Amino acid sequence: MDGAEPKPRGTPVGRRVFIGLLGAGAAGVLWGAKAQDWLERSVGPYLSKDGTGIAGFLPIGRFRIYDVSGSLPSRSKKEYQLTVRGLVDQPLQLSYSDLRAMTPTHVTRDFQCVTGWRVHDVGWTGVRLADLLTQAGVQSHAKALRFKSFDGVYTESLSLDQARRHDVLVAYQLDGSDLSDAHGGPVRMYIAPMYGYKSLKWLESIEVTDKVVPGYWEERGYDVDGWVGRSNGRRDDATS
Amino acid sequence: MQPPNPVSVIEAPALRPDTHGMLPRFDRVERVMHWVNASLFGILMATGAVLYIGQLSALVGRRELMRTIHVYAGLALPIPLLIGLLGRRGTALRLDLGRLNRWSRGDFRWFRRRTRDSVRLGKFNPGQKLNATFLAAAGLVMLGTGSIMKWFGPFSNDTRTGATFVHDWFAFGIWIAVLGHIALATADPIALRGMTRGVVTDTWARLRRPRWYEEITGLPAETPRKPRRVGR
Repeated sequence: MDGAEPKPRGTPVGRRVFIGLLGAGAAGVLWGAKAQDWLERSVGPYLSKDGTGIAGFLPIGRFRIYDVSGSLPSRSKKEYQLTVRGLVDQPLQLSYSDLRAMTPTHVTRDFQCVTGWRVHDVGWTGVRLADLLTQAGVQSHAKALRFKSFDGVYTESLSLDQARRHDVLVAYQLDGSDLSDAHGGPVRMYIAPMYGYKSLKWLESIEVTDKVVPGYWEERGYDVDGWVGRSNGRRDDATS
Repeated sequence: MQPPNPVSVIEAPALRPDTHGMLPRFDRVERVMHWVNASLFGILMATGAVLYIGQLSALVGRRELMRTIHVYAGLALPIPLLIGLLGRRGTALRLDLGRLNRWSRGDFRWFRRRTRDSVRLGKFNPGQKLNATFLAAAGLVMLGTGSIMKWFGPFSNDTRTGATFVHDWFAFGIWIAVLGHIALATADPIALRGMTRGVVTDTWARLRRPRWYEEITGLPAETPRKPRRVGR
């Protein structure tokens, strides 16, 4: 500081408030996950029933968009192709309209992220993964599935038993609208009973394998069987 | 009464406080700093809103571009302030930061409507002090939490969630502070001119910021024909 500046008078309230706010920010980083959990549990259910739309702006009960490739993948419905291959009798190459022509299934469930946020009553529309597997004809020694994203990085896995559940979809709509790029469109996975990381976005291919190959986050410490409330050391209410 | 402030006298050699002229309020460095900062805040708030609000996201698209702009604008945020503070050109800004930091006893009474009129304010009112302090701290908090969100590799899930939690709620605070700041500034055109042209009217300074008026002119703010305010 310049020596020429006059000696300040009064209480340094500004400095105290400044330091206090930095402290609050740091505390929030340390304990914000717990606070978020608590808010999702206590306030979330009420906010999801709010009819005014104002609640939709609050950072509770809303989707967060993550990606691991550093950019948001994008593919048009026209270009879109889904491959089903591996241990199948009949490999499939399906266009977006092929998928839309199949029998649709609707599932409405809460969507729970392993990082704590939860979106209540999300409606998904898509094709049952089980139907696709039946169509392709899974071979007898097959045990699992490996999913790949067209972001070029993300992968996921399911056991065959998990994949045949009726609440596991190859999804193309969210709450009645076609999936946006941000939500993993045009086509993504939706695994109702598991944490969000299992529901791979930007689905490109499904490979039938003879063993479970851990996916992207599972190589980085997440549980392969990502059941909501029964994995990853978390105690959330089950979603399905 | 306080002696005239040497800095202000140097900056305003042609000052004629007794002629209802103009008084210098913010020098060029402070004004450039303010408007660069304001632009960065505007960019951050706009792109942040697009990234946060799904409907806006769908409307604008280009999510990746929005995020890139948001990150670089955020990283740039401290730069104008730091440059503006340095060296001789930063004298006025440093002096004002000191003024924003220090609260007089009267400042606390200003928050009560009943006693507000009796407070003789310095260069800034306590609302301005709080706003500046909050935005400075919030800027730093957003920079830190935003960096965790962007470069999440070394951090645990809970830390990332915590950073997102803080980033979200501070963003709400910033929106409220900035919108309030803009509303109050546009409601007072003379005060606003202090930040656009750098000067305010002599009368405004005398009536609205009497202690500051006395500090920079060395003249009493209240003339004998004006009755003294109650409680002072």
